[in-house]
Amino acid sequence: MNPETKKIMAPLDAPVVKNLKAGDTVLLSGIIITGRDAAHKKMVDLINSGQDLPFSINGEVIYYVGPTPAPPGRPIGAAGPTTSYRMDQYAPLLIERGLKGMIGKGRRSEDVKEAMKKWGAVYFAAIGGTGALMSRCIKEAEVIAWDELGPEAVRRLAVEDMPLIVATDIYGGDLYISGPEQFQTN
Amino acid sequence: MRTIFANDVTTVVRNLCIQACTILGPDVINQIEKALGGETSPTGRMALEKIIQNAEIAAKENIPLCQDTGMAVVFLEIGQDVHITGGSLQDAINEGVRQGYKDGYLRKSTLDPVTRRNVGDNTPAVIHTEIVPGARFRIVFAPKGFGSENMSRVMMFPPSAGIEGAKDFIVHRVIESGGNPCPPIVVGVGLGGTFEKSALMAKKALLRPLGSQNPDPTLDALEKELLQKINATGIGPMGLGGNTTALAVHINSYPTHIASLPVAVNIQCHSCRHAEATL
Repeated sequence: MNPETKKIMAPLDAPVVKNLKAGDTVLLSGIIITGRDAAHKKMVDLINSGQDLPFSINGEVIYYVGPTPAPPGRPIGAAGPTTSYRMDQYAPLLIERGLKGMIGKGRRSEDVKEAMKKWGAVYFAAIGGTGALMSRCIKEAEVIAWDELGPEAVRRLAVEDMPLIVATDIYGGDLYISGPEQFQTN
Repeated sequence: MRTIFANDVTTVVRNLCIQACTILGPDVINQIEKALGGETSPTGRMALEKIIQNAEIAAKENIPLCQDTGMAVVFLEIGQDVHITGGSLQDAINEGVRQGYKDGYLRKSTLDPVTRRNVGDNTPAVIHTEIVPGARFRIVFAPKGFGSENMSRVMMFPPSAGIEGAKDFIVHRVIESGGNPCPPIVVGVGLGGTFEKSALMAKKALLRPLGSQNPDPTLDALEKELLQKINATGIGPMGLGGNTTALAVHINSYPTHIASLPVAVNIQCHSCRHAEATL
């Protein structure tokens, strides 16, 4: 990690989010929740039908992950990020309802970026395909909703020093655009 | 006539599932280390370093390299003098997948496409069989993650598109995929054949060891040209910018029809996993 790496705590509050810029490297510790395709559909269906979620998303960071089963003696198996665009149609509503951070991989839609700007949420990239390494940062894991979804169930994770990169910030900065532009040679 | 017992196939497949999902091939690690030497982006270097570190942890602690332990893709080469006994070969392979994904604590990702209900044991496998001369029985197990599979495409070009049209399509597929398929990627290409033949050739191209040369000089030149173009896009490791977007481009070709130019692009993430055994 480079010396400018910022240590931040989840859940996130507004001043921390404001301080993060695309390209920053961070180490995230604290409590986060997980959710991917099926859980996102369920969350948005519940909100749209006027019902409460079985957990709070206010101030939370959600990690797009479907881990492998925990082997004996470990809290969780391999747990790297999944591709984020599949959550794009659901994310703006969750951001409006207080979600402050998302962890995944790959660029986001304009709608998601607009919602991030408007409501103040940040998007972190984790290094895809490093499930064994990311697993080491997860100290505790507990299913908090929709156990029947198996790998897609919503979990609460206690994490320590998760290595992340700020991919998209609340000012419209997007490393998925500026990064490749900087290194393009043709 | 050589006899092979279905039970033995089950055991071999079980072990290959676990091996492929936890141990990255030395050819892949080698190629990533080589890429690290030429990567100028600090973020890109960090990503490549973590990918190498991840492979070390996975092998040492027996943890899957990636949480997406894939859909089970099995390539069989069965000698025409081989006789399989003691049950159905397909059942034997699926039982091996069932056992491997359970015993190896691998993720069960298969589900019904209509109800989206999880099958629960990561079966069925996708099995490709080739009958070959002789009496060998070779199994290649290649778990395929869908972050990269989702970025793959088949295009049925008219002949007028020519090879330039094919090249543009391949490079643009990589650009549009961006960071989604976990670059640095391996780009498998199938040129020619029919619709399904092109896709299968593209998938098979991913099995070729990284760093190897295409035996066909024309395809070899095409691979090098495409790799150069892809790495000039700047997409870089994880799509965050850099010089390493692909580790390799592998092309297979087959004669096609006078009316068409099928081009299949099968994208593989950096976790280019496969394991094989010969019975």
